[in-house]
Amino acid sequence: MKKELGIFVLLVVLCALGWALSPEHSFLSQANVYNLLYQVGMFGIFSLGMGLVIITGGIDLSVGSVMALQGVVLGMMLNDKGWPWPIAVALSILLCIALGAFNGFLITRVKMQPFIVTLCGLLFYRGVARFVSNDETKGFGEATGFLGVANFFKGKFLGVPTAFWLLIIVAALMWVLLHRSIFGRYLYAAGRNEDAARYSGIGTRGIISSAYIVLGFLTAISGILFAFYTNSVSPSGHANSYELYGVAAAVLGGCSLRGGEGSVLGIIFGAFLLQILQNLVNLLGIPSSLNFAVMGAVILLGVLADQLIKNRTPRVKAAA
Amino acid sequence: MANTLLRVENIGKRFGGVIALKGVSFAIGEAEIVALIGENGAGKSTLMKTLGGVHQPDTGQIYVDEKPVKITNARDAMANGIAFIHQELNVLDNLDVGANIYLGREPKTLGIINSSEIYRQAQVYLDRLGLKVNARTQLAELSIAEQQMVEIAKALSQNARVIIMDEPTSSLTLKETERLLSVCKELRGEGVSIIYISHRLSEIIEIADRVVALRDGANAGDLTREQITHDAMVNLMVGRELARFKLPHHTAILDRFVTVKNLRTQRYPDQTVSFDIGRGEILGFAGLVGAGRSEVAQALFGVEPGLEGAMEIGGSESFLAHTAAQAIAHGVFLVPEDRRKTGLLLDWSIRDNISLPALRRDANKGFVNRTREKQIADEQKISLQIKAPNVEARAGNLSGGNQQKVVLAKWLSLNPRMMIFDEPTRGIDVGAKAEIYRLMRELADRGVAVMMISSDMEEVLGVSDRIAVMCEGSLTGFLTRAEATEQRVMNLAVARAHEAVA
Repeated sequence: MKKELGIFVLLVVLCALGWALSPEHSFLSQANVYNLLYQVGMFGIFSLGMGLVIITGGIDLSVGSVMALQGVVLGMMLNDKGWPWPIAVALSILLCIALGAFNGFLITRVKMQPFIVTLCGLLFYRGVARFVSNDETKGFGEATGFLGVANFFKGKFLGVPTAFWLLIIVAALMWVLLHRSIFGRYLYAAGRNEDAARYSGIGTRGIISSAYIVLGFLTAISGILFAFYTNSVSPSGHANSYELYGVAAAVLGGCSLRGGEGSVLGIIFGAFLLQILQNLVNLLGIPSSLNFAVMGAVILLGVLADQLIKNRTPRVKAAA
Repeated sequence: MANTLLRVENIGKRFGGVIALKGVSFAIGEAEIVALIGENGAGKSTLMKTLGGVHQPDTGQIYVDEKPVKITNARDAMANGIAFIHQELNVLDNLDVGANIYLGREPKTLGIINSSEIYRQAQVYLDRLGLKVNARTQLAELSIAEQQMVEIAKALSQNARVIIMDEPTSSLTLKETERLLSVCKELRGEGVSIIYISHRLSEIIEIADRVVALRDGANAGDLTREQITHDAMVNLMVGRELARFKLPHHTAILDRFVTVKNLRTQRYPDQTVSFDIGRGEILGFAGLVGAGRSEVAQALFGVEPGLEGAMEIGGSESFLAHTAAQAIAHGVFLVPEDRRKTGLLLDWSIRDNISLPALRRDANKGFVNRTREKQIADEQKISLQIKAPNVEARAGNLSGGNQQKVVLAKWLSLNPRMMIFDEPTRGIDVGAKAEIYRLMRELADRGVAVMMISSDMEEVLGVSDRIAVMCEGSLTGFLTRAEATEQRVMNLAVARAHEAVA
């Protein structure tokens, strides 16, 4: 809980700064908050999946490319082919799940390293996305027949964007899964010490694979949200390096790349922090070219602070 | 003690509120082997770490050749002629033998490493130790025992006068242990002194000139060569008379409660292993390290599935586990050899470790039953007398004996029918050992078939009701308790290496 508290304090401080420094306190304006929640929703959903994978001691670098592939395929099915939206959406979700399962297979059965497997995915799926679309941007502009679903994903309920509602639902499910179910306990065990977990009778390969499958599913949900949000998918640029936002949110939120650590609340806070930072860069008139530099610095400081606290703990214990 | 080589006086050290050493004094002369004994936590490691420069003593003084010295790092230790052979070897197995010996001190010609000089000099030390290994060999190709010899060669090449060996035989086979002990004696003959730390008292009886015992961070007493006996050492360590593993034995019940037929393991695909264990019997598995005993255990438990074979328990259908979950479902449990790597999640609490295998059974629609897991952990903590403030304590912070109890506790709530112990008391102090033996016997008395793999001869002979001996992947013989002697076990353990047994 300490880690979550730390990042929560950081969040509050940032919000206070944002409110105080932004012109006319526009940080807390209705429009800005709505936009912020929308972004946090879209990024948060797949970040939770990324957190799950990181807890197993793995990583998935292919998320952004998978979203691009899913986006162009979705565009082609809806616009070019004119397929009914339920089928198109379902197929696009299945595609992401299948790719996640494939990652899981290579990592747990063939015993390849997650970094390598998904790095290849990052290149491969982006290439496939550009090829199948002839490198043409796929739009949802002249939406016919699926206007309803597009409006649903872009819409709001009780003044809060659908994306954020979806995040809340996903987070609640993930919280139960990770912190209350035996699956969650097995996942932490497999991530912390796979051998010890296996020697306790846990089917670690299945557990680890399912983390990649869940990430595939959540990537699909985020992917649909992004596709309708941008309203067009450019195969070479869509969702570029989004996987790193997921990794950053998870790590900021207390996940360790060594595996076995992390919490749903932490990852959500991490996703909030990243989006607030970006938002503040815009609002405070910081040159947008500094965007990444600010994010990198804050992540580094966050992890550094955590490390310093950790290094101090043993001494405190010994003195007690 | 002709000339005192190294002497420490009144060394005190505290870590926060914990006093690790409260004024320990100790001396070693030239060409002397001194055994340092004590239960885990008695302060042996801390004392040795002050000699190695890892810790600075709060009080007291270290003298080398009766001159006061200050040792603040490993370099200082080496400059004073003190070398370490740690329990976990400190070698780089991606380099060759010569490179390991001269690591960080490579002879150079014009700034470039002079490899031929390395190999030439390294070979001198290897030959001196009687190690038939070429200095150009990759370290990874050597056995653990040979790697250890390389470390000793490294110490000699640095002109070490005192070599501190911390549990040097814990992963050696019986034969390799004998080899190491004779090397120690040879080194003594050449004027090198050795501080020998071990829980294996028979080794100490064999080589030590003197015994220094520590207890609770203080000197507990010394023994001269003539006074060194098993009982005298145990008394010094525990400070009380301790019954020497006097476990009540039972005549083996040969009801074939567990039968294993024609098991072939991945490591020895050409050999098959068949044996049976009676209800309530402790079947000891003796043999040299690498004889294939752990492989049998891992195959039966399904973590390294066997290629072929079958087992039955209490007249069940025959099965061969392909996952640990299957073995567990049949009531077959393993307390593995490396408890820190495969037995426990060190960062987890005692409670979480104990409940891990039982989670599914106790689960309520997929949810962890948190009340039940706490309850089970508390029960086990009390019944096994696990020494920890509460079940939320981190497993990694416990002593070896208590860690082993936690591993055992994982299985006890699951209704075992066969328990496999692989080196159950490795690195565990004398007091905790006796407790583990008692627990094994209690399990057997409850009708569990117990298979115990051990490389500690005393343990095999003292605890088993019957002994199976393995050599190079096959079973070379069974001995009843009455038949078993150290000599007979050894003969069977090396059967294949020495005689052409068909």
